[in-house]
Amino acid sequence: MLHHFAAVAVFLLAGLAVGIAALAVAWVVRPKRPTLLKLSTYECGLPTQGPTWVQFKSGYFLFALLFLVFDVETVFLYPWAVKFKALGLFAFLEMVVFIGILLLGWWYAWKEGAFEWK
Amino acid sequence: MSGFTLQGILANVYETGAFWLLSLVALGAALAVVGLKNIVHSAFSLVLSFVAMAGLFMLLEADFLAMVQLLVYAGAISILLVFAIMLTRRPEGKMQESNPFGRYALPAGLVAFFLFLAIAALVLRVSWVSGPGVPAASTVGPLAEAFLTTYVVPLEVAAILLLVALVGAIMLAGGGKR
Repeated sequence: MLHHFAAVAVFLLAGLAVGIAALAVAWVVRPKRPTLLKLSTYECGLPTQGPTWVQFKSGYFLFALLFLVFDVETVFLYPWAVKFKALGLFAFLEMVVFIGILLLGWWYAWKEGAFEWK
Repeated sequence: MSGFTLQGILANVYETGAFWLLSLVALGAALAVVGLKNIVHSAFSLVLSFVAMAGLFMLLEADFLAMVQLLVYAGAISILLVFAIMLTRRPEGKMQESNPFGRYALPAGLVAFFLFLAIAALVLRVSWVSGPGVPAASTVGPLAEAFLTTYVVPLEVAAILLLVALVGAIMLAGGGKR
């Protein structure tokens, strides 16, 4: 089984090499004439007002928590999806119940206004 | 997989190389988490450590665990971490100012050192033998069968647990109307 993942390793290393090669070639061939304006941080629009490290609204943490719960649900769905054909109708109904229970939570979250981007 | 054929030896070399590379990345990234000055860089470094751990799980032929590590830890937990950093007020994200326990570095180092010694002593005392049989070709298929035939009730209980976590998160975060 391990040699299947060797392809992943090759892909990772090749991807890394492409990125490094592009930067290295650019570093070799580019002219180096830095000016103050060139070295300034690139930003669109007007200069930033005040500190850029601001505190975000704590209500947004809920989105991350909801995402985490449904991410864990995916962990259970994934093996089922792999063996979907072999497991048949009974497993399908079990998963419908599984997803149904979680949809209940989703409905509760919606009802409580957790999805509203205030 | 092993054996004295050229292919077997090469496979072992690759495995050992991959193990060392992944271990170095995992440990280096973990060190960077505590060493970096900017808390956001620390968070990203932790994600790298998670990914390297997933690679180590793959080397142990635990493909499902590797997937869960990538999906839950590198995916969701890291998002949770970055959100937590965004939601707390830290001037310029400097680690020094956000960590009032930094001055206990010496006692913490001593405790960590002795803990390491205790773990190392245990690791060296145990004689590691590999279990009988060969590892499964894939752990995902057998897990799916176990989930949906033998362990149906625990699966649904897990759904209820997730539901409780969801409702609890909404109540705690105060995202509700009240």
